[in-house]
Amino acid sequence: MPGLPAASLDDTMLLEKTPPVPADARICITLTINGQRRELQVTPWTTLLDLLREKLDLTGTKKGCDHGQCGACTVLVNGTRVNSCLTLAVMKDGAEITTVEGLAGLGDRKGSNALHPIQEAFIEHDAFQCGYCTPGQLCSSVGLMNEGHAHTRDEIREAMSGNICRCGAYTNIVDAIEDVMQGAAR
Amino acid sequence: MATQISTAAGTDRHVGSPRSRVDGPAKVTGLAKYAGEFTAADLVHGYVVGSTIARGTITGIDCAAAEAVPGVLKVLTHANRPDVSGKADSYRDMVGPPGTPLRPLYDANILFSGQPVALVLAEDFETARYAASLVKVTYAAETPETDIDALVPTAYDPPTKRDGIKPPPEPWGDADAAFGKAPIRVERQYRMANEHHNPMEPHASTVIVEADGTYTAYDKIQGVANSQQYLTGAFGLKPEQVRVMNPYLGGGFGAGLRPQYQLFLAMLAAKDLGRSVRVVLTREQMWSFTYRPEAVQTVSLGASPDGALQALRHDAVQGTSRYEDYQENIVNWSGTLYKCDNVKLTYRLAKLDTATPGDMRAPGAVSGLFAIESAMDELAVETGKDPIELRLINYTDSDPVEGKPYGSKALKSCFEQGAARFGWAKRDPKPRSMREGRELVGWGMASGIWEALMMPSSARAVLSADGKLEIGNSTGDIGTGTYTILTQIGADALGLPMEDVTTKLGDTNLAEAPVAGGSWTAASSGTAVMKACRNIAAQVFVLARQMENSPLANVDFERVVFTGGRIEVAGDPSRGVSIKDAMRAGGFETIEVTEKAGPDSDFAKQFECYTHQAVFVEVKVDEDLGQVRVTRVVSAIAAGKILNPKTARSQIIGATVMGIGSALHEESMLDHRLGRFMNRNLGEYHVPANADIHDLDVIFVDEEDKANPLGVKGVGEIGIVGTAAAIANAVFHATGKRVRDLPITIDKLL
Repeated sequence: MPGLPAASLDDTMLLEKTPPVPADARICITLTINGQRRELQVTPWTTLLDLLREKLDLTGTKKGCDHGQCGACTVLVNGTRVNSCLTLAVMKDGAEITTVEGLAGLGDRKGSNALHPIQEAFIEHDAFQCGYCTPGQLCSSVGLMNEGHAHTRDEIREAMSGNICRCGAYTNIVDAIEDVMQGAAR
Repeated sequence: MATQISTAAGTDRHVGSPRSRVDGPAKVTGLAKYAGEFTAADLVHGYVVGSTIARGTITGIDCAAAEAVPGVLKVLTHANRPDVSGKADSYRDMVGPPGTPLRPLYDANILFSGQPVALVLAEDFETARYAASLVKVTYAAETPETDIDALVPTAYDPPTKRDGIKPPPEPWGDADAAFGKAPIRVERQYRMANEHHNPMEPHASTVIVEADGTYTAYDKIQGVANSQQYLTGAFGLKPEQVRVMNPYLGGGFGAGLRPQYQLFLAMLAAKDLGRSVRVVLTREQMWSFTYRPEAVQTVSLGASPDGALQALRHDAVQGTSRYEDYQENIVNWSGTLYKCDNVKLTYRLAKLDTATPGDMRAPGAVSGLFAIESAMDELAVETGKDPIELRLINYTDSDPVEGKPYGSKALKSCFEQGAARFGWAKRDPKPRSMREGRELVGWGMASGIWEALMMPSSARAVLSADGKLEIGNSTGDIGTGTYTILTQIGADALGLPMEDVTTKLGDTNLAEAPVAGGSWTAASSGTAVMKACRNIAAQVFVLARQMENSPLANVDFERVVFTGGRIEVAGDPSRGVSIKDAMRAGGFETIEVTEKAGPDSDFAKQFECYTHQAVFVEVKVDEDLGQVRVTRVVSAIAAGKILNPKTARSQIIGATVMGIGSALHEESMLDHRLGRFMNRNLGEYHVPANADIHDLDVIFVDEEDKANPLGVKGVGEIGIVGTAAAIANAVFHATGKRVRDLPITIDKLL
């Protein structure tokens, strides 16, 4: 490796420059998660995703890349879709968080079997295979409908492109969203 | 030959019909748990430190700073690890290639970039991750070799062949002489980039230490039996000491066929600490093991002016690791697909300083068919033949490699129905002949072929007195729909509603079954489940007949149907007994049966079994920007009986999407100076996103096959095989530029 000392290639070097913070440096925040108000003590570096998955056992929200590149961690924060892996929990003090576990409990749902209509539509249109990107796709779909910008299939495709599905269920995902949007319009 | 047994002693109600996934509710509510989501009260988190060199030795590891971080329990390295087996054979798994398997943290040798060199164990994930950044590793680095082009001269015929992968057949005729004399000749080199599977769920293992000292390992694997074998071998455990489970797998595509190093590390740490341990890999670390290896291929086609093949040569040199001889079937497909009297197929390996490559969805066929189906398109241009016509001229109803007829081959129907749906007849063969606004429009097609395999498999079925059926085995549902099709088969066999049937998978306590791969699960597990359920049906029938004043007293088994939870005389629903009544009268709480199923050797002696595809693609290419969009795909599939058209269609569209990725996006880029894949994230390794995917149309043509009682051939892989070639052929038709080097990125078109 001429001219390239091995140590300088270490991908974790950036992290090393972060000054160590005492592990007991916890901050008190309040989140309303799926309708339940929770007072939490979190370290400042804990992401909303790790908080949900590791501390609150809400593992429905998935970690696919931890870099905001795949969308598997998408949740709704005050009704807006966000990548929870790029969101520090302390930044959302006071927010309302909806994860896939809470989708069915969102108000004004018209589905049966205690599911949100988008959950039913995903099952009906076979809009998933392995299911790992699905919680993110579902939250992203609800966020997209809340935004109200996407009206055509092309617009849905574009606006859902932050959520990767490696099983390739994209056309079925668009079918499911279109179905729910048309149902809502009826 | 296998007897044709109907699945329901009369009619199929669920089998063959579109049914929603039975695991759907769990997956859309977040209740489906994956390997890295199981937990324990005392869970320890492990974070892997990977090597920063690709070849050489570790000269030192300084863990002091990492171990000083509050919350860190230990850092495991080759220098302080507990005693483990040193024998390579102890690390073998069920599907690994010949060679010496990786022994994680065994010694100071570095075989590839990203090889695990330390495992940081801490009370929480963030602490482990942070402490991992403080581990200092020094190396004596050697110059890695990862450039396959430079290594082609060193390529060799692998001395030990990989189980289940046919080496190239002996040549027949004289391909070299025939090629030299052929009036029309096409000889081209084709290649496609290294690809990484990148299932959405990163690899993860959670090893739980149970109260009785046994272990339960939740592992991201396509078949838990393989992980159990691996753990018992590597750690000297008895099977009863380690149960492996994986009820859901967040995508595999082959990446979950072999146990990966995070399983070994989690078990090593759990044994060492006596605590439950979870190790989850980062997305970046998903580039530190299996991948679809680049192959450098040359196809030579000699033909008469009317397009009949006179010579066919297909040569491939493919990369493998320094320590294992991974092998694929890349070239044999060319000999199987076309009739030709002079054929030479050759395949060699080159040693690279990378992790061992591995099977990725339709391994070998994706690379090989891109080459042969591109070359056939080039021959169509040279001979002026329509690409479908050229394929029909060289069509074969028997396998030239094995000299046996196909059990079934409805590829002609695929051509006909696919072409009709696509509107192929309207194609002007001239390149650059179609345009829409600023975009050039191109239509291309290709054939596809994949093996229709069946593996020995068992299944257990338990019928309870309340009329509920539980079925299952240890194979995995990797998103393919196995839970659903097995439920359909069980429901039909006993005439139950699907709601009364529960399917359990992914647990070594269930009946043993192979890994889910090779598109064999529907045939293998499906047949075993059907046999177990038919056995139960026969036993319940006996109970029903023995009931006092039974309306079935003098009726043969062949004359009854199981429907609506009842056993009835066919055509006379008034004469029947409910399953519950029969169980109650017989005094049975449960009837439990385990059955085995395996390939039909008599059938295999007479016939060759393959699935086929004809895929038609429309691309639109921005002439100024070189951007390619796949706007329309019609994939016509011949795969025997389709058990569930809804989930089977999803297999084909999903494979089509991955084929679009191969053709246009996916490329793991090596820096040969470092011997390292550089674009190790989903921002730089491009996979198709929603906006890349437009209209996908799937046709299942009728095909009757008798290789197994269900008539099923498998649909997991056939949808990808010809797709990349069809796209490349469409790009040629649109632009007049032939790209023989996948992916077709903008720079190759401008």
